[in-house]
Amino acid sequence: MDFLLASLSDGLLIGFIYGIAAMGLSLIFGVMDVINLAHGPVIALGMFSLYLLYSVLGLHPYFGLVIVAVVGLLLGMIMYAIVVRRVIDAPHLSSLLATFAVNMVIIGLGTAVFSTAPYNVDFSLGRFSVGPVTLIATRVIGALVAILVTIGLYIFLYKSRPGRYIRAVANNKTAAELVGVPSNFILALSFGIGTMLAALAGALIATFFPFTILAGGTYELKSFVIVVLGGLGNPVGALVGGLILGLIEGIIPTFMETTWVPVVEFVMFVMILLVRPTGLFGAKQ
Amino acid sequence: MKNWQKYLGLIISLLAVTLLAVWPLITSKPVDREVAFTILKGIALASSLNIILGYTGYVSFGHIVYFGLGGYIGFYLISQQGWSIYPSMLAGGLIAGLFAFLLGKAILRLRGAYFALATIGVNMAVLSFISNFDLLGGPIGMTLNFNIYKEYGGAAQALQLIFYLMVAITLITIIVSYLVRTSKFGLGLLAIREDEDAAEVMGVVAPNLKTWAYVLSAIFPGVIGVLFFFKNGSIEPHPAFPLHTSIELIVMVMLGGQGTVFGPILGAAAYQRMRGLLLTTPIFKNIQLSVAGVLLLIIVLFIPAGVVGWIRNRFPITRRVLQ
Repeated sequence: MDFLLASLSDGLLIGFIYGIAAMGLSLIFGVMDVINLAHGPVIALGMFSLYLLYSVLGLHPYFGLVIVAVVGLLLGMIMYAIVVRRVIDAPHLSSLLATFAVNMVIIGLGTAVFSTAPYNVDFSLGRFSVGPVTLIATRVIGALVAILVTIGLYIFLYKSRPGRYIRAVANNKTAAELVGVPSNFILALSFGIGTMLAALAGALIATFFPFTILAGGTYELKSFVIVVLGGLGNPVGALVGGLILGLIEGIIPTFMETTWVPVVEFVMFVMILLVRPTGLFGAKQ
Repeated sequence: MKNWQKYLGLIISLLAVTLLAVWPLITSKPVDREVAFTILKGIALASSLNIILGYTGYVSFGHIVYFGLGGYIGFYLISQQGWSIYPSMLAGGLIAGLFAFLLGKAILRLRGAYFALATIGVNMAVLSFISNFDLLGGPIGMTLNFNIYKEYGGAAQALQLIFYLMVAITLITIIVSYLVRTSKFGLGLLAIREDEDAAEVMGVVAPNLKTWAYVLSAIFPGVIGVLFFFKNGSIEPHPAFPLHTSIELIVMVMLGGQGTVFGPILGAAAYQRMRGLLLTTPIFKNIQLSVAGVLLLIIVLFIPAGVVGWIRNRFPITRRVLQ
């Protein structure tokens, strides 16, 4: 029982971080109908940015997160300006391949610089016990940061002017342009926020797991599963989807080999696409 | 028009492949044969992907799943059941086709990005299942006993035989691709690509056509998988289902020109040659992936019809020759 509680709480904490990575993917799909196949490498870049900021420059990791977020935002806006802008109205094949090309460029350069050897951010805040469960502090803080980011994103999307513009463009781009929304900038901003969330998720994961330049791929695939679970283009659904995936990853090892986790995840992924492609909480209309 | 001129598109495609196959026989260097084998493998895989991607317009991002699946089935039959290579290749192709039939019935209902995501999911599900499936070797895979090549007159002889088989499969793939393209069945697929709902209104039975196109495009990777892993001598889950290769195949099809018979041949040959050159050039060795990425980006952004498509649009006279 204690073992179950421990692995459940671990899964739940990780789930929040999966959630924000998936929220980024979902936001981008919701606003511009683009599945960003460069999501994984951006997650990996988040990990390595934190590594460089902490291990090379000696910054505190949680201060480093702020810089990672800014870098992620700018990187996304640049990616939008150079690549995504040109394929936004093209068929899906074009946008899938264009973002995959960015994926290849980042992974290629990343492999040349960092090789594929594992790195880790040597940082620990110890652990503490809540009843029968022992929690690792960095994971708890990671989950808290993820919750804060989610609340921040919600307030931004629903209360601020650029956030409303984003929702307007997602809803109907032409109509938004007609009433004077600068759609090009708003699309760039949405893409930037999407990659920012990915970079942040990567940086948070880096505070407690070792990683390689290719590690982003695993989390990108998890983000796909989560996004489909929560409904494509539905950022709030993505967070809940992240928690569900985290819980599944926590529960399965208690009665099956851990190696079966991806089997369950991907079978579930395909089943949901087939049975209920709008996800559990409804997709973008 | 004279009778043979009608088939000029096919003749040129077959001629190109035959030249590629004869080249290592003339130089008789094993290195050249390996290079030609890799290119032929690319051509056959890209041409089969083109049936569902180029003709039908469904973006299969996980097409390599049939390569791995066929490879595993064939490898199991050869190494554990003692079958010869020929029936194993047949079995690999048929099982890949059967799997595609059952799966296609379900996932071909999805369109656009949803279909692409589902194919990625299927690839990952099969990969992770096979990693756990002990009958097929689980995470460590299976290896062939070296003695198995004796049946074919020793390892060197077997390699030569594998090369001829690869040439034959490639030629068959291209003939099938051509026949599909020029048949009524193919016209139905092209109609689905342009507008699936309109095609159905015009009497195209889209679900059936799509399923058969998907099955056809899955059989060849299945056969090639058996051949490739027989040559390789071992099979492991991750090298058998490389998601990355799926996307390289799409790049080959796009580079040459999706929806044409000659496009995937040109695209696969150009891509494989380029990849080989980049890997052997010291400056590019480490960033070969980045260079390929930039190339892909240029194609997608500026010549989405691919080289053959671009030539056909630019010089209408070539439409008779290039198909």
